[in-house]
Amino acid sequence: MIEIENLTKLYDGRAVVDDVTLTVPAGEIAAIVGTSGSGKTTLLRMINRLVEPSSGSIRIDGRDNRDVPAHELRRHIGYAIQGHGLFPHQDVARNIATVPRLLGWDKRMISERVDELLALFQLDPAEYRKRMPHELSGGQKQRVGVARALAAGPSVLLMDEPFGALDPIIRHKAQEDLLDIQRRLGTTIVLVTHDMDEAVRLGNRIAVMSEGRVRQYARPEEIIAAPADDFVLAMLGTGDRAFRLLSLRTVAEALEAGEAEGTPIVDTASLREAYAEMLWSRRAALPVSRAGALVGRVTRAACEKAATRQP
Amino acid sequence: MIAIRFLSPVQQRFDKLGVVIAALGLFALYAQPFLASRANRIVPGEPLMIWQAPGAGGWPMMAALTIAFGVLLFRTAPIVRLGTASAALLGLAIAVGLGASSVLSPGDSFARISPGSGFWLMGFALALAATDGLARLRLGPVARLGVLVAVIVAVVAILASGIWDDLAAMREYQSRSAAFWRELNTHLFLAFGAVGAAIVVGVPVGIVCYSLPKVRGAVLGVLNIVQTIPSIALFGLLIAPMAWIGANIPGASALGIAGIGVAPAFVALFAYSLLPMVSNTVVGLEGVPRDASEAARGMGMTGAQRMAEILLPLAFPVILTGIRIVLVQNIGLAVIAGLIGGGGLGIFVFQGIAQTAMPLVLLGAIPAVAMAFTAAIILDAGVELSRKGIA
Repeated sequence: MIEIENLTKLYDGRAVVDDVTLTVPAGEIAAIVGTSGSGKTTLLRMINRLVEPSSGSIRIDGRDNRDVPAHELRRHIGYAIQGHGLFPHQDVARNIATVPRLLGWDKRMISERVDELLALFQLDPAEYRKRMPHELSGGQKQRVGVARALAAGPSVLLMDEPFGALDPIIRHKAQEDLLDIQRRLGTTIVLVTHDMDEAVRLGNRIAVMSEGRVRQYARPEEIIAAPADDFVLAMLGTGDRAFRLLSLRTVAEALEAGEAEGTPIVDTASLREAYAEMLWSRRAALPVSRAGALVGRVTRAACEKAATRQP
Repeated sequence: MIAIRFLSPVQQRFDKLGVVIAALGLFALYAQPFLASRANRIVPGEPLMIWQAPGAGGWPMMAALTIAFGVLLFRTAPIVRLGTASAALLGLAIAVGLGASSVLSPGDSFARISPGSGFWLMGFALALAATDGLARLRLGPVARLGVLVAVIVAVVAILASGIWDDLAAMREYQSRSAAFWRELNTHLFLAFGAVGAAIVVGVPVGIVCYSLPKVRGAVLGVLNIVQTIPSIALFGLLIAPMAWIGANIPGASALGIAGIGVAPAFVALFAYSLLPMVSNTVVGLEGVPRDASEAARGMGMTGAQRMAEILLPLAFPVILTGIRIVLVQNIGLAVIAGLIGGGGLGIFVFQGIAQTAMPLVLLGAIPAVAMAFTAAIILDAGVELSRKGIA
């Protein structure tokens, strides 16, 4: 759990981060969204003290982050940045081993941990351990960057535009992998992005920032349904908010008894995908499958109900 | 629009650089003296054409050299150019030695035979062709080191065979071989010692300049001024303070510190070495990718760990380039030390100039040039290899 209280950072008397208070519950992903210059990266960097706050406090799992020297604090907080930041003169294994080495783990433990992480990120250890960063694709570099951030098993992971340098297809895959790994490890993640879609897809909670202040901090469906002010509304855009709401719900949530024609859709798909498929194939309902067996159907009416503004 | 350039048959067949090389080489072969003969060390020389020195190989050697320049004239594969030029250089090196022996009357220890302008011009033309061929081959760093070793082996073999023993410069060597090796040692000590000291001092100063931008301007400014002082002036300027230190600081004179001699020469070379070392260290550190250095901080490295594990290794190729600049510069500059009693190969150069004995000048100059060249090739290969490790 990360508790940020009345946090302010002044540069030359100007507040870059202005009296921010927010709490990220353990095991959740908080996405901080904002335009450039909104203070989102400064806020993130105050959590691991790459930037020291002018006032206010941050507690991580109940302990003030100023209790230990900054470099020791950082060894217990994962940190992944845009452009991956891999060390170009060290191979993949050594890059991943950075924090365990700093923490003085023994060699065998480090080596086992490296293999474990490579496997977790779908990189064959035998093939990738000895690769140099320039021998990896963009997506692989990014995965190694996140693996390195998670190497010492931190309870908190900070990510600064981690997918910013990836092309759209690889970015989508990287986001899903991150969600999958986060569910498995239960890591608390704070992620900075300027992309509202990414925030909606990844965040359990979204903090919208502008001019150093948090304009709204809430669950994605709340932010979409009831933006706190015009700025949040502008960040969201009004053109596709109905579809954004649909993308947050799964088919399972709108499942009803009955039958329908044609190819079934899996119950873990989003309502947005289901609705698009109905429009495309001119069907009023789709059969729903779970683990290969038909379990019911989802209708256009159910989708439309889920996509309208809640009272 | 497509531009089509028609090459005339002549342009297609001739190599541009080859035309210059062939013209220069043939002019040197047929119209310039191959050797210069003198009755003793200091009288002016008599020119000898290549056909006047029977040992140089006569018409067969002239025909072979003519064919070699003919081959270089036309467009051919780089390996052919390199092979032709190397073979011709080897032939030339042997011909000059044997030619010198053949015109010397037996037992005459006063006469001096030196290579003439024809030899030097042909050597220059062929060396140009060989380096051009090498450049076009685009050899990797390891292969280039291999070529260097081959050249060194060839030169050592020729020296050991005694073919050159009757040349004037070798005669000068024979009469002062002990002094030659002693001064060569001093020369190497001056050049390498000053570089070593500059690394020990310059890299830490560079790190400080990188970490504290306020210090940087002042330090680099002062070093820049030192760099602009002419070398002879700097040697002269150091005489007074070094003499004072030698006279007033206990133990200093026991270490050999005095107004003239090795100490001021060493200090001057060290001073010249500092700017390239410091500025290359700063530039190298600043060139480290920002995200790598940021990530190192974000993952909990201390300042010293970040410097040792990330910044310095990534800056290493640029720092090594600085060492290369400084070492090559020092091997050349150390010649000047001969002027202020600092020793080194400069002794022979300045003695030779004073006595108008060119062979003695060459005895000092050629080893210095060869060492600078060797150092440049080795360190260039090292820089390239170290860059590969980072890429």
